Amino acid sequence: MSVNKESFLPEPNFLTSPKGLKSWLLTLDHKRIGLMYLFAIMFFFMIGGIFAVLIRLELLQIGETIMSADTYNRMFTLHGAIMIFLFIIPAIPAAMGNIMLPIMLGAKDVAFPRLNLASWYIYIGGSLFAIYSMAHGAVDTGWTFYTPYSTSTNGAVISMTLGVFIIGFSSILTGLNFIVTIHKLRLPGMTWFKMPLFIWGLYATAIIQVLATPVLAITLILLILERTLGIGIFDPAMGGDPVLFQHFFWFYSHPAVYIMILPGMGIISEMVAVFSHKRIFGYKAIAFSSLGIAFLSFLVWGHHMFTSGQSEYAAMIFSFLTFMVGIPSGIKTFNWLATLFRGSITFEAPMLYVFAFLFLFTIGGLTGIFLGALPVDIHLHDTYFVVAHFHYVMMGGTVMAFLGGIHYWWPKIWGRMYSEAWARVAWVLIFVGFNMTFFTQFLLGTKGMPRRYFDYLPQFEGMHGFSSVGSLVLGAGFIVMAFYLIHAIFKGRLAGDNPWGALTLEWQTSSPPPPENFLKDPVFTHGPYDYDTVDVQRTV
Amino acid sequence: MSEIAATNHPTHLQHHFSEMAQQNDSAKLGMWIFLLTEILTFGGLFVAYAVYRAWNPDMFLMAHKALDVQMGALNTVVLILSSVTMALGIRAIQLDNPKQSVRFLVITIGFAVMFLVVKYFEYAHKFHVGQLPGKFYTYTGIEGTNPHIFFSIYFMMTGLHALHILIGIGLLSWVIRKTRQNIFSSQYYAPVENVGLFWHLVDMIWIFLFPLFYLIG
Amino acid sequence: MNTSQNQTAFAAPHVLPLKIYLGVGALLLILTGVTVGVSFVPLGGFNVVVALLIASVKALLVALIFMHLLWDHKILLIFFVTAIVILTIFIALTMFDTMERGLVNPETRSPIQQDAIIYQNQQQPANTNGTGGH
Repeated sequence: MSVNKESFLPEPNFLTSPKGLKSWLLTLDHKRIGLMYLFAIMFFFMIGGIFAVLIRLELLQIGETIMSADTYNRMFTLHGAIMIFLFIIPAIPAAMGNIMLPIMLGAKDVAFPRLNLASWYIYIGGSLFAIYSMAHGAVDTGWTFYTPYSTSTNGAVISMTLGVFIIGFSSILTGLNFIVTIHKLRLPGMTWFKMPLFIWGLYATAIIQVLATPVLAITLILLILERTLGIGIFDPAMGGDPVLFQHFFWFYSHPAVYIMILPGMGIISEMVAVFSHKRIFGYKAIAFSSLGIAFLSFLVWGHHMFTSGQSEYAAMIFSFLTFMVGIPSGIKTFNWLATLFRGSITFEAPMLYVFAFLFLFTIGGLTGIFLGALPVDIHLHDTYFVVAHFHYVMMGGTVMAFLGGIHYWWPKIWGRMYSEAWARVAWVLIFVGFNMTFFTQFLLGTKGMPRRYFDYLPQFEGMHGFSSVGSLVLGAGFIVMAFYLIHAIFKGRLAGDNPWGALTLEWQTSSPPPPENFLKDPVFTHGPYDYDTVDVQRTV
Repeated sequence: MSEIAATNHPTHLQHHFSEMAQQNDSAKLGMWIFLLTEILTFGGLFVAYAVYRAWNPDMFLMAHKALDVQMGALNTVVLILSSVTMALGIRAIQLDNPKQSVRFLVITIGFAVMFLVVKYFEYAHKFHVGQLPGKFYTYTGIEGTNPHIFFSIYFMMTGLHALHILIGIGLLSWVIRKTRQNIFSSQYYAPVENVGLFWHLVDMIWIFLFPLFYLIG
Repeated sequence: MNTSQNQTAFAAPHVLPLKIYLGVGALLLILTGVTVGVSFVPLGGFNVVVALLIASVKALLVALIFMHLLWDHKILLIFFVTAIVILTIFIALTMFDTMERGLVNPETRSPIQQDAIIYQNQQQPANTNGTGGH
């Protein structure tokens, strides 16, 4: 079906049938649940982003600029907690994954649609706790909730940890749903190695979600019990060990950063093949490296604790194991580069984000190797170098992949196209602003500027100021993006079924897809990257 | 095949599955993945146990004498028997005998309640003498470093386990009601089976808790 | 894979004979008796090893027979084993820290506070905890 001459979306589509608020709030359709997730996480992304800009404004100059030191402590804690638990962990799996995974598998829905809806409500319920906590004194512990400070500070720690605890369940349920869906609901003919690589990324992610998140749950319960009942497990005054809390916390939170990045890598694998119009290079290597990263993620948590007083021998082991994560990550990066080689590359917005990802994630990944090296980390620990590294992998990696995915699937979700020109403007602002903000922080870190400090020495003023200006450029990029993406929903021209000339199944149904994804049952005829055997054209 | 499905069991097959086998397999796989999360949740507490026992082996030896081996052993026997009756309840529904199945499931609940009663007496005694977790610990009869940590871990692990028993009783009651309504048969009994899996896991965790707390040699 | 070609929508459930359930139940009870008995034999450090070994055998019996892992799709067994492996990693690497601390810098040997402060309070005549249960 080519582009519709009239400017009406194909009917029936999941956006309009059935109509009414109730049909959305009680929907079992994975696409609608995914969209509701998308709205919720974009809301929290905005809140977290505003906090980030406020933090940078405070650091624009020496001394108190716009907020007190106490407010500043709460601000960076909320920025971290919101961005991690409310935005980036659910961003790709729960929003993009929910919308796309069943369609890409040729299924009508996820395996447990009711559980899927429940997971959204659990997420909303948990976020209400977090908002309650913000309204009642907030938290000034940092998003890591380290004991013994978190058990003695006056902030609203319990409501915040309860919120995170609850959100953890929504993450578990999403992961559970995806694993079963991938195992049991693939289209007949779609074997494991004929699945799109995004699915492999989600599968590896789901395994981590299922195996690691329960440990976060028990950790937070222990923290709450420590605060309320004084059980003494983490409290040195009671004969407990605060470093044990760090073990518990990072046993979840290190795998959690792979929950954040693995699905992003999956999106990159999709887009790099589509916009090179070429078979992906090293399919199996990319698929298995996802599983490899998932497994290794459970072995390296101690590298967050090199200066905590843990055993020196344990630190050595953790340092060595950390280096191993570089192997599967490197395999992926080189396979993407090899896919680009001699491809017929086009530079639409999603592809621009692929390049941003490749550039920024490589910097983020390599600086991660620096930090994994025990002696280097002693120097760089808790400096802005860590902040910059983390933002290069999380924002330069995951968020770039997420934004790429938004642009890539926006026409599929809404049936309409955004303005390519404005998309480029936003991309330039984001890319430049990001590097201004965070590359400066690498330099600040190597010069010894500690993270989370309210104030700084005069020699850091220039770089801090530059970084703050960068954050404003970055923010401007997001504002532009919000405008043209929302504009596209209402006024964009019709996108057609397959604007990018892609081969995965979601492009074989109409845009937006009908309620059960396919009007007539799809048939598996070709693999997701068979560009050398299947003739498919772009329509943009 | 499709007309058989259409005549016999259209009500249990959800729209997005193509056949009952697929739906049943999915349900079971989903339940197992949930059980993995249970293993890891308890796992966190096992880590705390291992770390503190390794640090304070003497204290653990002293403190465990405050627990009643007979009551622990009795509860172990009760839970094993409940696991057997649970398995037999599933077997009965597999053989299309819902009446017998209900009987076995009711017995299972009986064992579960018995477990909780025994647990209640154990807890009551400890509350009475002040063998309580953390800062509420007031008992003075145990030598060794920080015995309150032993009771913190003891109450958390057995408490979380008891909570699972309670949830299990709720699930069993729900399944019994459904079985009475003749909803389940040898063709559709995934909920019974999944509650069974949950119940066996709760039993399995107790199998570890018992020697780790009551039988420190 | 999951949807076999000649599927019958009504695959008969896999029913185990009654005596297997009863036999396994009896075995579990016997092993419970053994583990209680062994715990009163002083074996030093081996007591906990024996106790955990017996518990593992019991748990395996429950998983393989009662929970049908032996006959079900192998993926369930793989997931189950994966969870155990991950948990083992958690315990092993955490204890590799907590047991090996302070070998280079003795002052970091743990726990940070060997004796809880609450006991210092208790030795004072006026009990500040307000518990007074002893």
